[in-house]
Amino acid sequence: MVEGGITVAEEQNVNQKAAEPKGASRVQPVPEQDFSDYLGIMVVVEQRAGVAKKVSWQLLGEAKRMATKINAPVYALVMGHNVRHLAEEAIRRGADKVYMSDSPVLEKYRTRPYSRVSLDVIRTFKPEIVLMGATYTGRDLAGAIATHLPTGLTADCTQLDVDENRLLQASRPAFSEKMLATILCKQYKPQMATARPGVFLELPADASRSGEIIDVPSPMREEEVVTEVLDFLEQTDRINLEDHEIIVAGGKGLGSPDGFKLLQELADALGGVVGASRAVVDLKWIDHDHQVGQTGSTVRSKLYFAIGISGAVQHVVGMQNSDVIVAINRDPDAPIFKVAHYGIVGDLYEIVPAIIKAVKEKRALPFATNSSAANASVAASIQS
Amino acid sequence: MHIVVCVKQVPDSREIRIDPNTNTLVRQGVPAIVNYYDLHGLEEALRFKDEMGAEVTVVSMGPPSADKALKQCISMGADRAVLVSDRAFAGADTLATSYVVGMTVKKVAEEFGPVDVVFCGKQTLDGDTGQVGPGVACRLDYEQLTYVEKVVELSDKDKTITVHRHLEDGIEVVKTKLPVVVTVLTELNKPRRASLPGVINASRFKPVVWTTNDFADIDRAKIGLKGSPTIVSKTWVPEPRKIDTKMLEGDNVAVVASELIEQLWSTELPTRLGW
Ligand SMILES: Cc1cc2nc3c(=O)[nH]c(=O)nc-3n(C[C@H](O)[C@H](O)[C@H](O)COP(=O)(O)OP(=O)(O)OC[C@H]3O[C@@H](n4cnc5c(N)ncnc54)[C@H](O)[C@@H]3O)c2cc1C
Ligand SMILES: Nc1ncnc2c1ncn2[C@@H]1O[C@H](COP(=O)(O)O)[C@@H](O)[C@H]1O
Repeated sequence: MVEGGITVAEEQNVNQKAAEPKGASRVQPVPEQDFSDYLGIMVVVEQRAGVAKKVSWQLLGEAKRMATKINAPVYALVMGHNVRHLAEEAIRRGADKVYMSDSPVLEKYRTRPYSRVSLDVIRTFKPEIVLMGATYTGRDLAGAIATHLPTGLTADCTQLDVDENRLLQASRPAFSEKMLATILCKQYKPQMATARPGVFLELPADASRSGEIIDVPSPMREEEVVTEVLDFLEQTDRINLEDHEIIVAGGKGLGSPDGFKLLQELADALGGVVGASRAVVDLKWIDHDHQVGQTGSTVRSKLYFAIGISGAVQHVVGMQNSDVIVAINRDPDAPIFKVAHYGIVGDLYEIVPAIIKAVKEKRALPFATNSSAANASVAASIQS
Repeated sequence: MHIVVCVKQVPDSREIRIDPNTNTLVRQGVPAIVNYYDLHGLEEALRFKDEMGAEVTVVSMGPPSADKALKQCISMGADRAVLVSDRAFAGADTLATSYVVGMTVKKVAEEFGPVDVVFCGKQTLDGDTGQVGPGVACRLDYEQLTYVEKVVELSDKDKTITVHRHLEDGIEVVKTKLPVVVTVLTELNKPRRASLPGVINASRFKPVVWTTNDFADIDRAKIGLKGSPTIVSKTWVPEPRKIDTKMLEGDNVAVVASELIEQLWSTELPTRLGW
């Protein structure tokens, strides 16, 4: 039981603990229930106002990959009001069967009505694995469901796999992201996990896929629900980095909060958004919602600029899976260059304006030489 | 109004390092602290003590040495603190923890008066799951409000609470009936320092300690290692991703910048981004 020099006996403080001394056999709980008929991987689709969270499709992609390994069906659970389009989308995204509960009681997320539907579906249709996004809502719901069932739940996974014994290998960061721990739930079903947004790859929507949608009634009536959602205050300045493909992130190297104006200019030129390291969030140069890393967002952007960011491991874990990483730093030995595809050593205040200029020139080009409809729409989106 | 605050003593995991030679955890000198999210829960409870005379009980499941954490809570102004401590609780995952913490809140309600609000932290520094709060709400059959960044109103008369829940893209204003479990974010408030009377109270403080024997109807199959369905099968230090970094150099920044742009445009990027 020794892996990387760490004995399991040392793991007292990892989320799910194994505190037995090395060599001792572990006393596993013996459930009274027989779980042998549990089959399939279920993803709980999260939505608000009829719009699905991206992580739901990412998890369906990952579920499909694992299901192929163990020859299991993929299920989606869609809850809400007027959400049939999401059930259909779930099929295009990899689900073989969708359990859908469409009811006014479920219009807005509330723990009790949502967990009641989930529990009914899980107990009746018996998936062996249930996955949800590690979002605020996903974690709220997962914690309730797992306790009621009861079963084991692993939070915030960044790697998932399934072995030949159909055991879910749920891996998550531990000790402030310094290590990864793989957690198993051997004796109970379903095996549950929440997984971080931005980590897994969604499948492209495939319109030729077909699947069954099964209507599930909501067990709760509105009069029975004591929680009321009074309002939703959208925060336009609160951005969700995981939703963006291009992130221009800045760190303490900016020297002052004004530096973000320059980064915003680059982000605008590229059609992206601004991200940040924790150091500048702590300095209150920018809001926490922009923070990338261990205590911020994990992103998997297509293009990531790290500007004036040293590349501490806590930052890197949140952005290293981006497709293309560009680092700009005055210090040639900055660790950020180790994870960057392109590196430029120098003063960001000289380099970034030059890049903005180059981007603007480059992006202006196609419209001068090509007047296809597609390009016209690109032009419109750039101007807006 | 009776408010229970759930606190956990944790090693300050921010201070834990990995020995690069052996890939093992260096725990020496890592201080034990009160999980900092929980202090924000305590501060909010103390605000209602100041404003409406709420009674504040702190509970913690942990080893005997966790009495230090409870002492700190008393010095800040909590009225009483209960430590649930028994070797049989060791090795608990979130399911087993929520069972014991839930039983403890029930017993607190029986012995010290009905509970209206239970504050938990958003998550712990060591467990880092945020699952115990919702778990405790289930065990108690209380309502649950997670990721709360503001308590707008707590009404003793109507037995209701209205809060701001923090979501990815905004704030949800939610109202529910007491009793409730509320899990809190650091945005909620700024925890106070110990007061002089608090320090005096803390100096003579002995926590109420409960063991399994103090819970008449506890199910021993549901506690500690035995009651924990999850198990850590392995831990490892991830390898950094190996990348061939292309360094772009030159004295003329305009040339370097256009070289970068040419490089980016020569990849699949423009197609994938729909440029
Ligand atoms: C528990 C814990 C959690 C954490 N979580 C996160 C997290 O989620 N996200 C995160 O980012 N960090 C996190 N951190 C903090 C992390 O360890 C680093 O402290 C932080 O990432 C450093 O931010 P920085 O790179 O902006 O600042 P610094 O490390 O100070 O780096 C600034 C860089 O800018 C360069 N520079 C300076 N001036 C210029 C210039 N004019 N032109 C070009 N380059 C310049 C410097 O060479 C330097 O490399 C966490 C830490 C802990 C302990
Ligand atoms: N052993 C414990 N004793 C008391 N409260 C706890 C304990 N473990 C967790 N909690 C509470 O549950 C919250 C979430 O913990 P976790 O699910 O471990 O991230 C913490 O912030 C505490 O308020």
